[in-house]
Amino acid sequence: MIAFYILAFVLVASAVFVITARKPVYSVVGLLVHFAALAIVYFTLAAEFLAVIQIIVYSGAILMLFLFVIALLSSGVAPFSAGPNRLPNIGVPALAGVVVILGFLIYGVAHVPPARVHVFAASASSSMTGPVGAADVFGSVADFGKALFTTDLLPFEITAFILMVAVVGVILLAGESAPYVQSRRRARIVEREMREAILRAGEE
Amino acid sequence: MPHEALLPVAITNYISLSLVIFAIGVAGVVLRRNPLIMLMSIELTWNAANLLFLAFARAWMNNAGHIFAFLVITVAAAEAAIGLAIVVVVFRAREHVDVDEVALLKG
Repeated sequence: MIAFYILAFVLVASAVFVITARKPVYSVVGLLVHFAALAIVYFTLAAEFLAVIQIIVYSGAILMLFLFVIALLSSGVAPFSAGPNRLPNIGVPALAGVVVILGFLIYGVAHVPPARVHVFAASASSSMTGPVGAADVFGSVADFGKALFTTDLLPFEITAFILMVAVVGVILLAGESAPYVQSRRRARIVEREMREAILRAGEE
Repeated sequence: MPHEALLPVAITNYISLSLVIFAIGVAGVVLRRNPLIMLMSIELTWNAANLLFLAFARAWMNNAGHIFAFLVITVAAAEAAIGLAIVVVVFRAREHVDVDEVALLKG
């Protein structure tokens, strides 16, 4: 319980650091702390696989992508020279409004009356609690994998499709298009030369 | 809540924490004009949603939240890749990136 509050403090503080840091690299470091703390929270929620995925995919892949782009863009001169700020200067009222809305939401969440709801049958997890890492415990890797490949196979396939579309999109957007254009241009030149050669041969 | 005793703290704590992180992420998107930091703020909001998915999955002992969180992580990875590709393309075209200046689609 104390651990949750410590982690919550770390999460909020690192999130604030992410959006207030001056340089993007500092933001990436703040985001790294945020993701690590979030992975620990996932462990306390018995989501073992998601915690590991959080570290591998977020801290490993996505943050590395951010770092690569920062390194790529910062090699030249000041890539992020901020121009004049065109945002209307309503910082204090906006902050007050956000605090009031958040306060209402959190108050409402804390005092929501117990509703009579239909309790879903507990999913495929056969037992609720047990030693960490055991196969049939809720949230274990085996439990998650079983759900992923039996009852939720379609979302998994959609995931693969989304990733494929993303890869194709990234290559189309940022990939090198010059070789294709050059080869097209060279083909047109060759074609014109051949046509001229044929015409010349016909005249002779 | 059928199994709320399984949670380390009450579910309202998770909802409140998620709300606060989400608000911070939205503030980052609105207030910052560096596209990289805006993308990072979007990642913060994804993660706030994920935290809620997993907390409710634990409270209801239902695996569906885990599957949703997995899907969210995948979509976030795809979004980060495409967003960063767009940043690189815009940077190639105009040497410095300020999201206020990228207004080609503005009618």
